[in-house]
Amino acid sequence: MKSIADPKQAEVRLNTPGTWLLVALVVVGVSVAALRLATGLGATTNLSDGVPWGLWIGFDVVAGVALAAGGFTLAAIVYIFGLEKYRPVVRPAILTAFLGYILVAVGIVLDIGRPYRIWHPIVFWQEHSVMFEVAWCVMLYLSVLALEFSSSIWEKLRLARLVNFMRMIIIPLVILGITLSTLHQSSLGSLFLITPELSPLWYTSLLPYLFFISAVGIGLAMVIFESFISAKVFKQGLEMKVLTGLARAAVFVWVGYLAIRFWNLIATGRLWDFTWNAQGALFLVETGVGMVLPVLILSIARLRNSPGWLFGAASLLIGGAVLNRLNTSLLGFPNTWQVGYFPSWMEFAVTIGLVSAALLAFKLAVKYTAVFAAYAHKPSTPGLKSAGAVVEAE
Amino acid sequence: MAKALLIDVTRCTGCRGCQVACKQWNELPGEKTSVSTSWTNPKELSAYTWTHVDFREVPNRAGHPTWNFVHKRCFHCLEPACVSACPVGALQKTEEGPVTYDAARCMGCRYCMVACPFSIPKFTWDSAQPVIAKCTFCADRLADGQEPACAKTCLTNAIQFGERDELIAEAQGRIQATPGRYVNYIYGKDEAGGTSVMYLAGVPFDRLGFKTDISLEPYPERTWEALSKIPWEVLGVAAVMSGTWWIIQRREKNGANSISKKAKR
Ligand code: SF4
Ligand code: SF4
Repeated sequence: MKSIADPKQAEVRLNTPGTWLLVALVVVGVSVAALRLATGLGATTNLSDGVPWGLWIGFDVVAGVALAAGGFTLAAIVYIFGLEKYRPVVRPAILTAFLGYILVAVGIVLDIGRPYRIWHPIVFWQEHSVMFEVAWCVMLYLSVLALEFSSSIWEKLRLARLVNFMRMIIIPLVILGITLSTLHQSSLGSLFLITPELSPLWYTSLLPYLFFISAVGIGLAMVIFESFISAKVFKQGLEMKVLTGLARAAVFVWVGYLAIRFWNLIATGRLWDFTWNAQGALFLVETGVGMVLPVLILSIARLRNSPGWLFGAASLLIGGAVLNRLNTSLLGFPNTWQVGYFPSWMEFAVTIGLVSAALLAFKLAVKYTAVFAAYAHKPSTPGLKSAGAVVEAE
Repeated sequence: MAKALLIDVTRCTGCRGCQVACKQWNELPGEKTSVSTSWTNPKELSAYTWTHVDFREVPNRAGHPTWNFVHKRCFHCLEPACVSACPVGALQKTEEGPVTYDAARCMGCRYCMVACPFSIPKFTWDSAQPVIAKCTFCADRLADGQEPACAKTCLTNAIQFGERDELIAEAQGRIQATPGRYVNYIYGKDEAGGTSVMYLAGVPFDRLGFKTDISLEPYPERTWEALSKIPWEVLGVAAVMSGTWWIIQRREKNGANSISKKAKR
């Protein structure tokens, strides 16, 4: 492939200390995962009857799905709303989503008691179960993402027919992806509708809606965050205009989210359940530092236009969002504190290994496929030309 | 009709015959126990102890300490949260009353454990091929026309097996006949939308370790409310997205035309 690689393709050096560190972390994670498969959950995790869901469900799955929300958000913005200026970031966003969902899927497989039965929801139907719906949506959406992402591979391989075919089906595919994402992003919130012992600071019948709105907000923040990282690592140009546009959208989404969430907390009287304990502190950090503060930063034009502030605010939003998912699925439960659950080093090793594997795969994908190459805009442009259309810094 | 159990805490002598009978019938292994602050062993329900007698020292109305022996186990809810939570239908509520479990279907996601309002399902964490474990209401014995092992064993008839509505009438009768003996409440008659295991007690239920914040509405309704909207959400999202796409790309085409016209001009 090297001989026809476009000179404008992103330059990625693989032989770096960073890469080798990732490889090492993946090796550790894979070894621990193998141990978990051989010996079971009790031998490797600190889960118990009191805390049946821990770090893997809380972070790898519930937070992982949220962090992968950039894919459907950007696909909607570019393909449906036709906002062409965001096209350069659509592919990296879809790639991140794709890798994120693979991570989620592997996380689920490792977390369920009998991994080899992961296919059971396909044949044993139980449509009253939120988990059943999440399982189906994740499976289907993973397939959609694989198809969407495949475009960059076909382009790289210069398979004009497939490229054109993808262009034909991309709109229905994107709409299917958005629908599936809407469903399971909100369903991850619905999972906890049946667990009212969750702290009133997080439990509400609006959980599905709040999860969906925040997913869109996280998606926007993730794309900003990634663009900065990619710019640094892959020496890609940063298009500040694109990013500040996304930041403005993020402000709207997060203001809406916070308004609904706090209005609901006040209207149902749950806000007065706030106490100065660990959960109270988590709530303050999540909503204050992780949501209100970055939204304030981003709503000031001068700060929004400064790369440093923009990056900082996006990072805070992501941190706040991850904390929100962890709080809703793990830390907001009184049992977690009564039992005193803290993940075992092996649980951490697997989670860190999964994230490292995703980062590594991102790096490889950028090197070997046309991730940072934009689609040709006009349908009349022959498919092959677009392969070289690398988006450049302005 | 639906079978049920009425457990009269005031009749229980704490002999734990039920606990042993349950282990024997279900062939459950003994557990390694240790001295604990509790008067009873093992300390609580586990994957290998499906029914358990909890010892509680609580002052009665006159202020004198009394022993209360509380037989605990799955409530076999009429509309069980665990059943609605299970993605593969491994848990089922049967016509007869028991909530049964099919280990061959279960994939071990543990959503049932998270969902059960009474924290009943346990997991065989020590196994590499784990299963969910909880009281089965001796569904196998019921199918054979027998009563559950615990009820069969109970010397004082503290565990009574019968039709649910008859047992409720019986419980109300006991409360009326000896009002001094009971708090005027049948735990399980309405909890979580009603359960198949109901309790009478001489001291308030919260003093006996019962959850008193259990909703009286069935728990599955909460998630079903969200799930039942899904078909409309699918249609709605898909329609709005398709419509938006159509309008915008049309507008762009027209826009492009007018721009090119302008350019010509
Ligand atoms: S008590 Fe829990 S495990 Fe038993 S039937 Fe009810 S929800 Fe299911
Ligand atoms: S652990 Fe098994 S029984 Fe429980 S919800 Fe999951 S699949 Fe169903």
